[in-house]
Amino acid sequence: MIKFVLMVNRQGQTRLSRYYQPVELGRRAALEADVVRGCLYRKKEECSFVEYKDFKLVYRHYASLYIVVGITESENELSVYELIHNFVEVLDKYFSRVSELDIMFNMDKVHIILDEMIQNGHVVETNHSRILAPLSALDTLAHS
Amino acid sequence: MSPSVRLQEMIRVIRSARTQGEERGVIQRECAAIRAQFRQADNGGRSHNLAKLLYVHMLGYPAHFGQMECVRLIASPRYNEKRVGYLGAMMLLDENQDASLLITNSIKNDLAHSSQYVQSLALCTLACMGSAEMCRDLASEIDRLLRASSSYIKKKATLCAVHIVRKVPELGELFTPAARALLAEKNHGVLHGAVILITELCERNAQTLVQFREAVPELVHIMRGLVTSGYSPEHTVAGISDPFLQVRILRLLRILGRNNDTASDAMNDLLAQVATNTDSSKTAGSAVLYETVLTVMDIKSESGLRVLAVNILGRFLLNNDRNIRYISMTSLQKIVSTDHNAVQRHRGTIVDCLKDQDASVKRRALELSLALVSAINIRSMMKELLLFLSTCPPELKSHAASGIFNAAERYSPSQRWHIDTILHVLITAGADVRDETVPNLIQLITNASQLHCYTVHKLYRALVADISQQPLVQVACWCIGEYGDSLLQGECEETEPIQVTEDDILDALETVLQSHMSSPATRGFALTATMKLSTRITENVDRIRSIVSIYGSCMDVELQQRAVEYNALFKKYDHMRAAVLEKMPVMDRSSMGPTNGESGGGGVQELEPTKPKQPEMMVAPQPASQVCDLLDLLSDPDEPSLPGGPLGPGGGPLGPAGLMSGSAGGDLLYLLGGLELTPTPTPATAPAAVTVYDKSGVVLKLSCERPLDASQTITLTATNTSDHDISSLTLQAAVPKNVQLQMKAPSGDSLPARSSAVVTQTVLLNNPNK
Repeated sequence: MIKFVLMVNRQGQTRLSRYYQPVELGRRAALEADVVRGCLYRKKEECSFVEYKDFKLVYRHYASLYIVVGITESENELSVYELIHNFVEVLDKYFSRVSELDIMFNMDKVHIILDEMIQNGHVVETNHSRILAPLSALDTLAHS
Repeated sequence: MSPSVRLQEMIRVIRSARTQGEERGVIQRECAAIRAQFRQADNGGRSHNLAKLLYVHMLGYPAHFGQMECVRLIASPRYNEKRVGYLGAMMLLDENQDASLLITNSIKNDLAHSSQYVQSLALCTLACMGSAEMCRDLASEIDRLLRASSSYIKKKATLCAVHIVRKVPELGELFTPAARALLAEKNHGVLHGAVILITELCERNAQTLVQFREAVPELVHIMRGLVTSGYSPEHTVAGISDPFLQVRILRLLRILGRNNDTASDAMNDLLAQVATNTDSSKTAGSAVLYETVLTVMDIKSESGLRVLAVNILGRFLLNNDRNIRYISMTSLQKIVSTDHNAVQRHRGTIVDCLKDQDASVKRRALELSLALVSAINIRSMMKELLLFLSTCPPELKSHAASGIFNAAERYSPSQRWHIDTILHVLITAGADVRDETVPNLIQLITNASQLHCYTVHKLYRALVADISQQPLVQVACWCIGEYGDSLLQGECEETEPIQVTEDDILDALETVLQSHMSSPATRGFALTATMKLSTRITENVDRIRSIVSIYGSCMDVELQQRAVEYNALFKKYDHMRAAVLEKMPVMDRSSMGPTNGESGGGGVQELEPTKPKQPEMMVAPQPASQVCDLLDLLSDPDEPSLPGGPLGPGGGPLGPAGLMSGSAGGDLLYLLGGLELTPTPTPATAPAAVTVYDKSGVVLKLSCERPLDASQTITLTATNTSDHDISSLTLQAAVPKNVQLQMKAPSGDSLPARSSAVVTQTVLLNNPNK
């Protein structure tokens, strides 16, 4: 299962964090810093899978953002690699050419999208239009 | 009104803070404002405030005062407030908090709400942080929703059911029929959730697993549909239709087919079809193929399919994408023990990956290469591994070194090759090898008696070149000490001769002794080697004496003790020096015994004399032969109970840690003056009478016999050839704790002069552990 999803920029600031297994607040900062250090300092030729403590990290680099997903041993790493890309595609579709600032200023909406895709550590839906359906319904509600 | 407006303002303000302190100030002000607003009555801005609080929480600041606000917002009738409330609940609350109980009722009401979005919020939150009691209360609701009409709700409900099953495994039976029915769904989201639910149920309960084996044909049918269907815009990723679902189904098939022939048979065709039809040019296809390979390897598939799977992995190894190479090596690692020959075919590619840039790939390649070493390919593999060792990153060095040693030990084609390999490793990565390497290597060298000359030449050259690698220096010192005479002879068939004078050797050893880089253990080795050379070389004995006496006042206690005793060996016991320092015998492998991980002291035959006050003997092994050796009787056959671990509770009879003696050959306990004797392990290789004390005309002999298996009889015979009578002769003996000692009465206690009579005394030793 997926343990957490993090979005971090190159300076190490967390832009989005979602934990699917409870982690205490005090430990979160240390965990995030550690994970980010592991991923930020990897060279371009190295592969996207890192073994960290007793689980694995899968990360992808998009412009100024790193998306890091922590998974348990039993998950298929390539599948999660594709999942990250799927998530970014959905964000792209909703925000039309998403950038880091979009994610920062609309954090609640990004959380809604993430909830539609991943629930309780497992993938729920991967179809773009179905993921965005409730959010667009909410938007029309808000504007009406 | 969207809650994000004021959130955005706050974010802008926080971002504009220049320093950490400024940011903290801004956030504290905001938190204070939010707290004040929470205390007020209902106002339109509640959801904004909670959203701001959540942002602050994400940055790492405490936000627990928002918990009650979450509860209030969840109970609100407005959708956007509910939304933020539930989000807050998922982030701020978990089942350990008291406030989570308060939302149980709200969740229950919302699960029955008319709007499916509200229902979905409740399901999501329950799945995220529902405690066991909440799950038990609401399980039947979830079951009802699993059969609901909307697929949107169904997919969320299935994942909620997964959480419930994890929390309360007994409720699994409740969901089994619904799960089975869900497999007939068309909607991929629901199907995905259903597969996950079934996977969870099967992993928890073996009976459910048996039940779901009947669903294998259905799963195969779904999978086949996915693989053969054409382009469907909804779920296609890079040409593969819904790879996520395919991967999930394959994993479920793996669980169902494990250890079961009928299920595995049903899957064989499908797996072959997936393996051949899936396009692996993009990552999505590779992900599906990867899962297929894992499944094939785990179930009872036919051999043709297994070969196909290994070939797929081999193809992955040649792929340009680093990620794919990494995972193929991970999977090859898992199957190398079962399908060794199939993996051997790809050995060349694996060895090439040792030179990859990526550290994770290198590590995997190293482990695989070590697993693939066999008697046939040992020479070529070793060349590659040694090359790798010189360039590998530091964290892998010790692993690589120990792997190389193991491989060399098992498959080395000749002793000379073995020694060469170990020397090469010590020169390249000496600092990272484990402690047992030194005694192992020494034991190996003593066993290869025809190679002594060659070995000592090589080691001398290495020592002169570089004295920073401690294990190498230790071994080199030991060898020079032992075989210094062949070094001086200067010629050797297997390597070019070099002219080495005695001064050169002593210079080298002195450099080691004085260098800052040498550890105390290494210095000990060097001092002992210098001492041993005193019998091997002829001209510079005085130089050795002076070296040894200098160290008699050294700060290091160990060195000082050695130096003092060696000095005494020069002065008072010069006649024994040759016997003490003669060459080591060949050591058995079994005579290594528990080295206890002690460095330096391990298997090395320490010539260090110990004080007689220590009745504890050194640990001696059980030699294979029936050699009646005194030391064996008195030793503690402790090997089975000490598998190389630390001394621990067996410390009693085991004496000074790490000191070990082999069989004959120079182990010596000092016989200081007086007539107090400890039954010392004298160089006795046969049950003959041994002279243990011969001074001023008094000769004491010990002879031993072994009438019964477990006990040993020692007879002391004392003769006096001097001109004076000796009276009040007593024998005292001390033995280790687990040996029983029985002393018979002596025949007399005075020794008349000029050998007119002898005194004998018998001592019985019984070692019940033998």
